[in-house]
Amino acid sequence: MWEFSEKSIWDRGDIVEQGLVSFRRTRSRNLNKTLTFWDYDVLRCSLGESEHRDQNHLSSGDGHNFILGIKQLAAQRLDARRLNCALMIVLAVVVCGCADHVGTAYRQYLAESGLPSPNFELSGPVIIDGSSTVYPITEAAAANFKKVFPRVNVSVGKSGTGGGFKRFAVGETHISDASRPITFEEFQNCHNHDVRFLELPIAYDGLSIVVHPQNDFIHQLTIDQLKRIFLAGQSPQRWNDVDPSWPDTRIRIFAPGTDSGTFDYFVEVVCGKTGSIRSDISTSEDDSTIVNGVTGNPAAIGFFGAAYYFQNRDRLRVVPIVNPQTGKAVVPTSDSIERGDYAPFSRPLFIYVNLNTIHNAQLEQFVEFYLDRAANLATQVGYVPLPESVYQQARENFFDELAGTHYLMPDGQKRHGPVTEIYVRENLVK
Amino acid sequence: MVTPEPVFDKPIQTGPFRSLRGTYFRESIVKSLLVLCGSLSIFTTLAIVVVLFFEASQFFRAGTVTCPQCRHAARSTLETAGQEIPCTECGHNLQMPAHISLWGFLTGTEWNPLIGKEQDKRFGVWALISGTLMVSFVAMLFALPLGLITAIYLSEYAHPKTRMILKPSLEVLAGIPTVVFGFFALTVITPTLQLPFFSWFLGEFNTYNALSAGIAVGILCLPIVSSLVEDALQAVPRSLREGAYGLGATKFDVSIKVVVPAALSGIISAFLLAVSRTVGETMIVALAAGSRPHLTLDPRDDTQTMTGWMVQMALGDVSNFDLAYLSMYAVAAVLFVMTLALTYVGNVVRWRFREVYQ
Repeated sequence: MWEFSEKSIWDRGDIVEQGLVSFRRTRSRNLNKTLTFWDYDVLRCSLGESEHRDQNHLSSGDGHNFILGIKQLAAQRLDARRLNCALMIVLAVVVCGCADHVGTAYRQYLAESGLPSPNFELSGPVIIDGSSTVYPITEAAAANFKKVFPRVNVSVGKSGTGGGFKRFAVGETHISDASRPITFEEFQNCHNHDVRFLELPIAYDGLSIVVHPQNDFIHQLTIDQLKRIFLAGQSPQRWNDVDPSWPDTRIRIFAPGTDSGTFDYFVEVVCGKTGSIRSDISTSEDDSTIVNGVTGNPAAIGFFGAAYYFQNRDRLRVVPIVNPQTGKAVVPTSDSIERGDYAPFSRPLFIYVNLNTIHNAQLEQFVEFYLDRAANLATQVGYVPLPESVYQQARENFFDELAGTHYLMPDGQKRHGPVTEIYVRENLVK
Repeated sequence: MVTPEPVFDKPIQTGPFRSLRGTYFRESIVKSLLVLCGSLSIFTTLAIVVVLFFEASQFFRAGTVTCPQCRHAARSTLETAGQEIPCTECGHNLQMPAHISLWGFLTGTEWNPLIGKEQDKRFGVWALISGTLMVSFVAMLFALPLGLITAIYLSEYAHPKTRMILKPSLEVLAGIPTVVFGFFALTVITPTLQLPFFSWFLGEFNTYNALSAGIAVGILCLPIVSSLVEDALQAVPRSLREGAYGLGATKFDVSIKVVVPAALSGIISAFLLAVSRTVGETMIVALAAGSRPHLTLDPRDDTQTMTGWMVQMALGDVSNFDLAYLSMYAVAAVLFVMTLALTYVGNVVRWRFREVYQ
C-alpha cells in the first residue's frame, strides 16, 4: 500500500503550497524563508514518503497532517534558535570569566616573579607638571612606581618649566619638573603663596652637536655660527653661506623630533625666546635615524643628547662648542658635562617638591622612590647621572625637609657654576 | 510494475514527528559562525573608514576656535594664526590655532605641522603627495618593465625546468619582509648610489633619498607584477600562438604582437595593483626615504611620503591628540581615496579591455 517512495513531494505541489501558506500565517517571518533538507525530510514524512518511516511515526500524508508537521517543525526551529542564543550568552560569560581568571593568573605571576610585590594599601594622587625635558625621567619613575603602588595615581604633565612653576607656585601641583633652576620671580611667587619647596637635582643633560668624521672644515662652533646655521629667516642652503672659507656643499640638518626635550633645549639656546628654528630640517624621534643621516653625508650636521654620541663615537665626530664665558672650545664628555665646562649645552635637571604636602604618604613614597632610582632612570632615558655625592645631598635635604633653592643668592642674583659646588647646604636660600 | 495510487483516506500518524531539534541547533550554530566570520572583514573595513573620516573631520574642525563666552566659532586664517584675536561677537580674546582649511590642505605645497610657532605651521598635503608619487614613479619605472620582461620570458621562452627554478625564487623575493627591503635600501642601495661612478653623472645623493627607496619598493613589487602578468599571459589560448606561428611569425613576434596584446587587460590590472601597492608601501619609505616633507621632484633628495608621515606620527611621542597627530588621519583619508580610485580604475580597465576567447 505504501510503495510510492519514488514519488517526490514535488508531485504534491498543492499540498506543499497549502502547508506553506498556513505556515506563513502561523509563524514569524524569519522562519519560513528557506526549507532545508531536514525540512523536506519532515515533509516527506508527513506525506508518508520518508525512507525513515520504519523508525518514525508515519502519516498518511494529507494536507492536514502536513500542516501539523510543519507547525511542529517551526516550533522546533524556534527552540533551537533560543538554545543557540542561550549558548552564545553562556559562552560570552565563560569568556569573560576566563579573562578575569587570566588577570588573576597575571597578578599571581607578578607576585611570584622577582618584582616587588604590589602594595594596594597606598593610594591617592601625585600631581606633576613642568619641563618636557625632565618628563621622560619622571614618566619612567612614575611608570615604575605604579608597578609597585598600583593604586597611587601619578599624573605627569609637560607644560614647560615656566608653566609648571606657575601651577606649582599656587599649590596646584605636588612636584614641578624643571630643566633650569627656579628664577627669582618664581621663587617670590612661591613665597607669596606660602609654598615651601625642596630643590632636588636629578640628572645632567649634555646636548652634542655632531658631524661626519670626514668633515674637515668644522673644527669648532660658536653660538653665533649655530644661530646662522639654524635660525629661521636666513636659512643658508650651502656651507659657504655660513662661512666663506667653508666649502660650497649643501647643508643637511638632522634634528631630534620636535617633541623631544633636546629639540626644545636647542631651540631655546640657539634661537632664544623670540626666534624660531628653520623648518626645512629632517626631524626624527628615532635617534639612530639622525646617526645614519649624519654618517651618510659629509656635509651633514645633527644634534642629540650626549648619550647617543657616546654610543656612536666611532662613527661620528662631535663638534667642540665654544663656551661663551671662557672662550674655550669644549667637547662634551661625562667630565666636562659634570663640571659645567660644556656650556651652554650642559645643564642639571631638577624636580621641585612642595614641602607643604610632603606628608601625604604617597608623595613622600614617590619622592623617595624617585631619588633612589634617579641615576638609573637618567641613564635609561639618555641623560648623564649626577655624582653620587649630589644624590646623597639631595636625599639628606629630603629627609631633613630643607626648603629653599641653592641657585639664588639672598639678593636674588643667580649663582653660576657646577652643581657639585652650588648644591651644598651653605648656599640654601629660604 | 504498476505503482498503486496512494490512498489518502485517513491519517495514520499516531505520535509526534521525529525531533530535529538537535540537528537544527547544530545547523544554526554553524550558520551563525559562518556569518560571523564573513561579516568580520566587512565590519573592520567599515570601522576603519568611519574612524578615518571622523578623525579627519576632527582635524579640519581644529582650524576653528569656539568662543567660550558666546559660542561663536572663529576660523583661523593665515594672518591670524597663533595670535590673540578678539571675538567678533563679544570681544573676548581668542587664542587662534594654526590655519587649517580643506582647500589649503588639498592644494598647499608646504607641510610643516611640527616646527615653529602656530603661525609657521603649514598643512599642504602636496608636499607629501609629491614624495609618494616620486617614490611610486621610481618603483614603477623599475618594476613594470622588469616585471613584464620577466613574465614574458617565464611564460613564452623559458624551458619548463628553468621556470621551475625561477618562479619559486621570485616568490621567495615576495616573501621577504618589507622592513628588510628598507634596510637593504639604506645599507646597500644608497651607498652604491653614493659611489663616485654614480655621483659623477647623477650628482650627490643624500643618505635618505627617494631613488633608493623607490628602487627597493620596485624590487618588492617585481614578483607581484611578474607573477600576475605571467598568469595573464598563460591564459591566452594556445590556438592564438599557433595561428601566428602558422603565418610565419617568430617567437618574438608571437610574444609581443599576439600574446601581450591579447593579455593586455590582465597586464594593466597587474600594473595598477602594483601601483596601489607602492603607494601604500610604508616600512621601506619610513626607513630609507627620509623625514623632510617638501615639494620636490629631485629623487636624490630626502623626502617624506604620506605613509612615512603617518609612521612618524604614530611612532613618536606625539600621542597627545594635537594638530600634527590629527593630520595623520587627514593624510590617511587622502591615501585611502587614492588607492580606492586606483583599484576602481583597475577593475574598470579589466572589464573594458577584457578579451574573451572560446
